[in-house]
Amino acid sequence: MKKKASLIALFLVLCLVMTACGSGAAPAAAPAATTAPAESAAPAAKILTVQVGPDPETLDPALNSAVDGGNMLLHLYECLLTVDQAGAIAPGAAETWECSEDGLTWTFHLRDGLKWSDGSDLTAQDFVYSWQRVADPATAAPYADTVLSFVENFDAVINGSAKPDTLGVSAPDAKTFVVKLTNACPYFESLAAFATLSPVNQKTIEANGDSWAVKPETYISNGPFMITEWVPGSHILTSANPNYWNKDAVKLDGIKWLLIEDSNASYSAYQTGEALMIKDVPTEEVPSLKGNPEFHVDPILGTYYLNLNCNVDAFKDANVRKAMSLAIDREYVANTLMQGTYLPAWNFMGPGWADPAGGDFMSNANGGKPYISEDYEANLAQAAELMKAAGYKADPENPDLKITYSTNDSGYHKVVAEYLQEAWKQIGIDVSVEIVEWASFTPMRRAGDYQAARNGWVGDYSDPSNMIELLYSTNGNNDGKYNNPDFDAAIDASRSTMDVKERSAALHQAEDIIMDTAGCVPVAYYTDFYLQSSKIVGSWHSPYGYWFFMFADIAE
Amino acid sequence: MTRYIIKRLLMAILTVFIVATLTFFLMNAVPGGPYEAEKAISPQARAALEAKFGLDQPLFKQYLTYMKNILHGDFGPSLKQRGREVIDIIMSKFPVSAKIGGIAVMVAMLVGIPVGCIAALNRGKFSDSAIIVIATIGIAVPSFVVCSLSMYFFGVKLKWLPTVGLTTWKHYIMPVFALSFYPTAYIVRLMRSSMLDVLGQDYMRTARAKGVSWFVSLFKHALRNAILPIITYVGPMTAYTLTGSFIVEKVFTIPGLGGEFVSSITNRDYMMIMGTTIFLATLMVFINFLVDVVYKIIDPRINLS
Repeated sequence: MKKKASLIALFLVLCLVMTACGSGAAPAAAPAATTAPAESAAPAAKILTVQVGPDPETLDPALNSAVDGGNMLLHLYECLLTVDQAGAIAPGAAETWECSEDGLTWTFHLRDGLKWSDGSDLTAQDFVYSWQRVADPATAAPYADTVLSFVENFDAVINGSAKPDTLGVSAPDAKTFVVKLTNACPYFESLAAFATLSPVNQKTIEANGDSWAVKPETYISNGPFMITEWVPGSHILTSANPNYWNKDAVKLDGIKWLLIEDSNASYSAYQTGEALMIKDVPTEEVPSLKGNPEFHVDPILGTYYLNLNCNVDAFKDANVRKAMSLAIDREYVANTLMQGTYLPAWNFMGPGWADPAGGDFMSNANGGKPYISEDYEANLAQAAELMKAAGYKADPENPDLKITYSTNDSGYHKVVAEYLQEAWKQIGIDVSVEIVEWASFTPMRRAGDYQAARNGWVGDYSDPSNMIELLYSTNGNNDGKYNNPDFDAAIDASRSTMDVKERSAALHQAEDIIMDTAGCVPVAYYTDFYLQSSKIVGSWHSPYGYWFFMFADIAE
Repeated sequence: MTRYIIKRLLMAILTVFIVATLTFFLMNAVPGGPYEAEKAISPQARAALEAKFGLDQPLFKQYLTYMKNILHGDFGPSLKQRGREVIDIIMSKFPVSAKIGGIAVMVAMLVGIPVGCIAALNRGKFSDSAIIVIATIGIAVPSFVVCSLSMYFFGVKLKWLPTVGLTTWKHYIMPVFALSFYPTAYIVRLMRSSMLDVLGQDYMRTARAKGVSWFVSLFKHALRNAILPIITYVGPMTAYTLTGSFIVEKVFTIPGLGGEFVSSITNRDYMMIMGTTIFLATLMVFINFLVDVVYKIIDPRINLS
């Protein structure tokens, strides 16, 4: 019996060993055998594989509000105008354009022979349809307000009291598109280059409803690339659009957008060479990547800031808010806690915002000096003085102010929260940290149902109004419930003038007020930190957080 | 048997109904909604969206509408993945998960059962101890560690296996390994203890005394009895494995259903939460029913009614 037992055992073990060897040994030999034919089968197709995010929520230009979706739309569509590598406005579907003297009428002249990706003609009427569609409340375009609020009759259309076809856009002929504005808009060209206002194809939308934007066969676009395959959770394959007017400038045969959510997964895709560029790099890898020429840290238009709810009694006193701002060692937060993937923020408006009067808004702010001094020790001493002036003891041992700091748990939010606990303790504030799940966090913050919370904003276009107006008393994103009549007056002044110098001065004055009263607490400027192979040539990254691959090539 | 099946079917419908009802009201009780983002959408856009998907109706009315619709097989559109129907998402993603999951279940059983038997038959010997140690590790190590380690060694360091997607058979190796790791270890331990229990039973001795060969006694008497607890475990395990794993799919970028269970909740995609929950509940109930039938086949003494 014993013999038989061991015999059977031996047999089973053998079976196992054989299956184990089967799965273990095969892959060792396989790569050479299976990858070689795949490469030789398609030698001509030059496909660039990149990762800029997981599945986009939507690729309907009117409905998109996300950066990753916006990045793909940039390659799929071409607006009236575009933004070039230097960040300047350049011709797009419109070859030339002009503005009336009063700044209220914009006329765009389309190029000859524009076509959709299915080969049909694209006319000015398509732009009329697309813009009306964004304004139509039934479309529920999240950016309608941002891009169209200056256009004649927009308010009536979005409120439902007028039909979308009453919007101030028209097409006097097939190649001319005219927009009438209610108020002059100094940055209207940026809006005309904004992905939300991409032309969309009326025929496919009316025939297929919402689902037109999820199937390659019904997805019609007008940009350098068009969708050929979309496997949700896996990839989107785009190929060069043969009907694009500037197709000769496009060198790639296609771009494959890997839809990866996990940064470790994207990192290994980069390391194995499956992707040549990845946006999501695991933060724990950052220290080891420093100095690597393929690792880039580029500033983008955005600020990581804190809201101190101005409806909370303790924060009604600007001295307390200012003290809390000064007690933060921004250098340490950005370079040590955030591993240099953020830049310390001494102003609210960081690098990249365009000053209406010319140049960089940040360099011209506060007479060229940062608002917050880089001397942390002096700041801390001043913070303690401010707390005392507000009637507190500022004693680290006996805190006499208790507050709750709320944040969601992702990225560096938790380590920043823990740091703030330490930092604010030094000026006698006892902080308890509350971690709130993301989907509950934003509505809670918007409702003002918190004391202190993290916040952040990434710009949609480089005009400073895009971010600075967040603190306007009636702004829907004024989560800090900041209400300062002087600030509102400065913003009103910036809106009512077309003179670039006056406008610039008003906007700078608005930032002066924010920083002087700590209307919010800027902590760090956002960057995009990413890996990009040196094999990719002719691409660029913009401060809007977009990568431009349309005219890129892969070097051998 | 027919009466039993009808009874079970009615029970199944009731179970799924209760699960659906509870989920519907629980998910609506959680704060947040599908249209929350860092940047507030305009009140007009929000109102239009809510009207479009019926979210502006009183909750109980929404519930009645939803229940009426699913009776017609209409699971509604996803609130987040605009333009996609919930049923289409499930039907396109489930086969992907089920394929990897199915292979993983097979691997777990084909490896787990024999290895468990070997351990039991060699009780106390070195091979037994070695198997127990390995199986304990298998149970203790969480799947994200298995995923990350195998990805690091076989994908990044040795470059033997691809790490993204599911295009060739080689893409299947790591996800299947990661998915089957825990169930295999669990089955090994379960099989070993169950087998040891059976081997000590009187009927085994009787069978041997009657002259039944060792081989026959092992396969016909011992295995058949020892395998019952495995079936109990394999049933629900199969349902979970077929519907995909959030972690494995995330790490290896597999377009499966597992991720939808988690992301639908963080996105507050109410239609998707309901769809995935009802789908999993139905699958679970069905597999449990199958398990009961298989029980009856293996052990005729079990009285189903």
